[in-house]
Amino acid sequence: MARVVVDVMPKPEILDPQGKAVLGALPRLGFSGVTDVRQGKRFELEVDGEVTDEVLASVAQMAETLLSNPVIENFEVRVERGEDA
Amino acid sequence: MRVGVVTFPGSLDDADAQRAVRIGGHETVALWHGDHDLLGVDAIVLPGGFSYGDYLRCGAISRFAPVMTEVVDAARRGMPVLGICNGFQILCESHLLPGALIRNDHRKFVCRDQRLRVENVATPWTSAYKQGSEITIVLKNGEGGYVADEATLDRLEGEGRVVVRYLDDNPNGSLRDIAGITNDRGNVVGLMPHPEHAVESLTGSGTDGLGFFASLAAATFA
Repeated sequence: MARVVVDVMPKPEILDPQGKAVLGALPRLGFSGVTDVRQGKRFELEVDGEVTDEVLASVAQMAETLLSNPVIENFEVRVERGEDA
Repeated sequence: MRVGVVTFPGSLDDADAQRAVRIGGHETVALWHGDHDLLGVDAIVLPGGFSYGDYLRCGAISRFAPVMTEVVDAARRGMPVLGICNGFQILCESHLLPGALIRNDHRKFVCRDQRLRVENVATPWTSAYKQGSEITIVLKNGEGGYVADEATLDRLEGEGRVVVRYLDDNPNGSLRDIAGITNDRGNVVGLMPHPEHAVESLTGSGTDGLGFFASLAAATFA
């Protein structure tokens, strides 16, 4: 078993109202020094067996097809090794 | 005409859309998201609501519902398809229309009577309107901000594919005040406001939305 992580973020040029809401809340709670917040999604995919290039390519395809909307979002695929988890 | 209205889990406005279709002079056919069958309809409405709970992204899961395979095929063959609100989001996720809908820039759900200008009357859904008519119909959404890259926006404007545009205040941060668009063939139309809620004088803001459903006959029998 291995874990493949897909991070999905709104593209830099796309307005992120949720990130703006969080940014606005921080100073109200007394946290200072944060100049911007972008909010994205993290998907953790548990996959069977070795994470081969083929598996990664397949996950990238999942990310492009379903997990993200390439019109407004970018994604990154990475493997999370057991010992790092 | 036989007009199919698709019901997804979480659709809210399918019954109103069916009613608007009937008032527009057509027969309605209920289509089910789980069927690979359009039951021989001549046109399709994807109604508003929160299909699949808006999980992942609005319209993202509905795009892969079994019936959407048939809807996408039919749309590519030229069948008239109208997506209202969540239906518009589904059409964008299906890549039948360019761009995407994101959360309103002011982060609040908006529900109000919205003034619009009809800027393209060459589609099967808008041919009953006069070019440039100003209409008022209900708008209600939380994620209705239309976005696309500059090149896409320029192409939409240049090709006259902005079907309806917001007048007065922009209600949700949509780029260039875009409320609805069409594909390059002109048979697929998506818009955030709800013409199906403005077809009877008894309820709502009036009957300005009726043209979307009356247009169909004019387009077909012209």
